[in-house]
Amino acid sequence: MMAPLMAPLRTPLIAALVRDSALVWLASGVVGVSFGAISVAGGLPVWVPVLMSLVVYAGSAQFSAVGVLLAGGGPFAAAATGLLLNTRTAAFSLAVADVIGQGRLARFLGAHLVTDETVAFALAQPDPARRRAAFWISGLGLFAVWNLGVLAGGLAGGALGDTGAYGLDAAFPAVLAALVLPALREGPAVRRSALLGAGLALAVTPAVPAGVPVLLALAGLAVYGRGDGRRTA
Amino acid sequence: MSATVAMILTLAVGTYAFRLAGPLLHGRVELSPRVQELLSAGAIVLLVALLATGALTEDGGFAGWARPAGVLVGGVLAWRRAPFPVVVLAAAGATAVLRAMGVA
Repeated sequence: MMAPLMAPLRTPLIAALVRDSALVWLASGVVGVSFGAISVAGGLPVWVPVLMSLVVYAGSAQFSAVGVLLAGGGPFAAAATGLLLNTRTAAFSLAVADVIGQGRLARFLGAHLVTDETVAFALAQPDPARRRAAFWISGLGLFAVWNLGVLAGGLAGGALGDTGAYGLDAAFPAVLAALVLPALREGPAVRRSALLGAGLALAVTPAVPAGVPVLLALAGLAVYGRGDGRRTA
Repeated sequence: MSATVAMILTLAVGTYAFRLAGPLLHGRVELSPRVQELLSAGAIVLLVALLATGALTEDGGFAGWARPAGVLVGGVLAWRRAPFPVVVLAAAGATAVLRAMGVA
């Protein structure tokens, strides 16, 4: 599935993709550990966070759904909150559809790997071959470490302490910053759209349910105008 | 089937359906270059909004100073084209140091 596509890539490029992905894997693994630990500390059996991580596989939606459950909000509210947060993955999957590949297995497997991180990694690459390699390398690794982390955290329970002390919550926005900067630097139209969108998202955050602010950011495309005349990513 | 399992499966199926939209439509629906460009731009707009809300907010309120300060350190380094690992480690490190100093 991947080998023929990656063959033209020089080994150093793959090594660079793995090196850059590895930090995101490490950070995600630790966040996964904290998800497992928080779930179990809140009174859920270990299989709940483990199953959820395998089949839902979306960090923010999982934290929100478990948060709603532990707060006594009930399963319906938990599912609705998680789904609302994940609507953005539909837009992401459209944006990376050609990156994922054409084969049936690639499409069905790749779809499950569409996350904020893999999309950002893929779109930051300069050509189609590298975009595809970045998507699959970062995606498969992320899936592995996320699920292993959740399992480890669930088994370890509350022994880990406060993960906030490691500053990991700053790592993810910084990862996104590093990955979107090239597109923002080169495209004035995408830059003004993104700034307006982020401003809208921040402005409505206190007033609307989680997940909605980021979706409203798409209204920033209203100032995209005639665009930059090319694919920005 | 317990309510928790039903919740997990509903969330899983719904999320997978969102994720499958792109790969399933790809090749069946002819997208104009203009739409392709808008989709790419839309993905960047979403990622920047995630970056902004993730850096500044938590549970609908302000996330405190330590996190955005760390993200700012990472962002400045990224702007100056520092290597990716430096950006990420500096951001987490700055936030961790600030928290160790008592800054929330």
